[in-house]
Amino acid sequence: MEIDLSQFRDTFFQEAAELLETMERELLSLRAGQAGGDTLNAIFRCAHSIKAGARTFGFEAMARFTHVLESLLDRLRNGEVEASAGLVELLLRSVDVLRALIDAAASQSAPPPVWEDVTEELDRALAIPAAPPLSPREPAPDRPAGTEYDIRFEPAPELFRLGLDPFLVLRDLAQLGTLAADADCSRLPSLETLDPETCYLRWRLRLKTAAAMDQIRDAFAFVEDVAAISIEPAAAAVPAAGVAAPVAGAPTTALRSAARESSMRVATGKVDRLIDLVGELVIAQSMAAQIMNGFTAERLPLLREAMAEIERHTRELQDRAMRIRMMPVSSIFGRFQRLVHDTAQALGKQISLEISGEETELDKGVVERIADPLTHLVRNAVDHGIETPAERQQAGKPPEGRLRLTAYHQGGNVMIEVADDGRGLDTARIRAKAIERGLTAAGDELSEEQIHALIFRPGFSTADKISDVSGRGVGMDVVKKSVDALGGAVALQTAPGRGSTVRIKLPLTLAILDGLLLRVGAQTYVIPLVSIVESIRVRREQVRDVAGCGDVITVRQEPIPLVRLGRMFQISSETADPAAGLVVIVEHDGRHWALLVDELLGQQQVVVKSLETNFRKVEGITGATILGDGRAALILDIAGIAAMSRGEGLSNAA
Amino acid sequence: MPRTALIVDDSVTIRQMVSFTLKQAGFGVVEAVDGQDGLERLSAQHVDLIVTDLNMPRMDGIAFIRGLRARPASRHTPVLMLTTESQESKRLEGRAAGATAWLVKPFHPDKLLMVIGKVLP
Amino acid sequence: MLGEEQYGIEILKVQEIKGYSAITPIPNTPPHIKGVINLRGTVVPVVDLRAKFSLAATDYNKFTVIIVVNVGEKVIGMLVDAVSDVLDIAASEIRTAPDLGGRVDTRFISGMATIGERMTVLLDIERLLSADEAAAQQSLN
Repeated sequence: MEIDLSQFRDTFFQEAAELLETMERELLSLRAGQAGGDTLNAIFRCAHSIKAGARTFGFEAMARFTHVLESLLDRLRNGEVEASAGLVELLLRSVDVLRALIDAAASQSAPPPVWEDVTEELDRALAIPAAPPLSPREPAPDRPAGTEYDIRFEPAPELFRLGLDPFLVLRDLAQLGTLAADADCSRLPSLETLDPETCYLRWRLRLKTAAAMDQIRDAFAFVEDVAAISIEPAAAAVPAAGVAAPVAGAPTTALRSAARESSMRVATGKVDRLIDLVGELVIAQSMAAQIMNGFTAERLPLLREAMAEIERHTRELQDRAMRIRMMPVSSIFGRFQRLVHDTAQALGKQISLEISGEETELDKGVVERIADPLTHLVRNAVDHGIETPAERQQAGKPPEGRLRLTAYHQGGNVMIEVADDGRGLDTARIRAKAIERGLTAAGDELSEEQIHALIFRPGFSTADKISDVSGRGVGMDVVKKSVDALGGAVALQTAPGRGSTVRIKLPLTLAILDGLLLRVGAQTYVIPLVSIVESIRVRREQVRDVAGCGDVITVRQEPIPLVRLGRMFQISSETADPAAGLVVIVEHDGRHWALLVDELLGQQQVVVKSLETNFRKVEGITGATILGDGRAALILDIAGIAAMSRGEGLSNAA
Repeated sequence: MPRTALIVDDSVTIRQMVSFTLKQAGFGVVEAVDGQDGLERLSAQHVDLIVTDLNMPRMDGIAFIRGLRARPASRHTPVLMLTTESQESKRLEGRAAGATAWLVKPFHPDKLLMVIGKVLP
Repeated sequence: MLGEEQYGIEILKVQEIKGYSAITPIPNTPPHIKGVINLRGTVVPVVDLRAKFSLAATDYNKFTVIIVVNVGEKVIGMLVDAVSDVLDIAASEIRTAPDLGGRVDTRFISGMATIGERMTVLLDIERLLSADEAAAQQSLN
């Protein structure tokens, strides 16, 4: 039977990635002097597992590398080698090499040459010569044709207690040719004293076969050490001109290039519960169907109940299904320990990283897409935020800087904070820089929040020198774009001399949105709840026509530009007069906008459907959803609307 | 009558591979992630074959084999240990604990079936 | 059918034919893009071929039909007056279309055939619907 192994490769890559994370984590705790009793064993086991996989799938370089690595780790855990700082560094570098080897294997490209250098270093640490080659196949010996053998087979009494069955041995022998068996029952006691778990039998066998001695011995493979066995040719046989038996070839594994589909591990419990819920939903639905069968008005309350039941189950099902895709942020937070340590070291700074809430769960898609922005923020904090120990001492701070990564659930969102106690950002300086960059005018009145939000504009940077660690000026706007694209929001809080905190708010899931439904003319739109500040009716006095900017509404002393959605979307709206309609105040980028709508239809959770799949990106729209009545409704993109209205502002004639 | 096998290994990849192979051969498969988990599974059901790794957290293969041999239901169940060639001493230890047969990692699934063929009728 | 003219499209590209259903308009799109509809949970854009070919707009009636096609990797709906027939046209019967100065840009015509007594223009809907895309993308960038 040919079994194709390639389908398991992806699982192996995934598992290997996790093992490497564990290895790295344990090595780091080893370096920090916080090794637990099992640390060395855990590290060994990781390398061991990866080696097994590497060999199974034929990844030569990976197999050789992990073999040497494993040997060193074995010595380490046995106490034969000491875990010096230098050794731990070497092992950490080995983890990097392994990562690169795995990536190379996954993308089917050549392994990076560095692995050989590191292998040499590992060898030196082991003080042994180069890694032993993978076990060669033994050639089969010559085969004499049709020989008779006298075989004695005397198993030890405890044979059965090893789960062995002597009949299987006899069966295997019989398959090699013609077998005559003679059981010696002389040792068999009487029934009363018989112990059924003891083997009392012995055999004398005669086997006529063309098979090689190797194959005959093979039948005794697992009983050899617990039996007395002798195999002798029955008569002096002249070996025929040996036909060299074919060498057992290496198993061929057809390595198809399989496209790597994204996959994830899910706790079986989660899946089971989901399946249960589906079952309950089916039952509820069939009950409703039954009620519908021969329906009369009297049954209405029953139907209502059934519908409520269906709704309950559907909601829970939806909830659970989303949870399947959730994974803890620890999967990204984990890598930061190393990053912070290495970067701080490179810059001559002392920084301790505190992580809390790493078990907070997020949708897998969100986790993947927030990884890079977060990395940038962390790098930023290490590179620009936290000062050198000397600078810190001068400022009266402890020489070691603190970087805190926190994640927690709040409302329907996940909050992630990157906080440092470094030099913070000077609001006045930001403002000056923004004016310099033309991002804002000197006369503009901006709240502190809005000034801080300027950091996220493209091209902005207050870094004085170009550092090779995180580049210059690039990043914060990309962070914001990434977070916005996920339907989240990012804000900065900072105090000069005391530090900065970047707070990211992310939706729990990408696919479902909490929205406010509203009507403009005959069309229904959805605004993400996360962008909404409030909805109000305005009084005529609050509306002013500001020359050059169109209508502006003043709410609690703040002037907010008015956006007529009907006009922007070319829908005939019922309300032209803001005082007659409803205004929804939305927030984006630290600024506010007032959307004029005809009617609010209520809050609802909606399933987000992509517009780009079959069409394309439309400015001002972030997707669509299907309403209860089957119609498609567009979901508004506040960022896009803000941009469109800025352009339109001048032409917003009444 | 369909037979059941228990696979005990902390590596998902190995479990999946062995599971797949055995299912192809007509076995029903139960999985466990370490020795303790394995013993718990054995309390819950009868199996006709046990395949176990040696290096596992919480309870390793040797302790697991000893444990299962101490129970009446699994005293004579064939136990196949998965070892690496650098673990000669482990093999002897395994044998002493009561293992029936062994298979050296890495192994091709066909070899697994061949070894199983030797210990199961 | 569009007005008096008969057009043909390759059947393999047709996923299904459905009756008219409420179309949600999309802002700031050219007039021949009527909007999107809900096709069993997927949001599908609908192109008004009349508008595309600059024919006068017409009221929708019970014969108005949306032909859902697969073009590239996208699913797109085409709004037409009616569907007349599904036919086999042998490749040999297809002639290259002369430039009659007709309504339809010859880029989008893959040929012509005479069916019964009518001239039927065969549309290359891939080109038709993707030219749209390119233009739209350009205007966004």
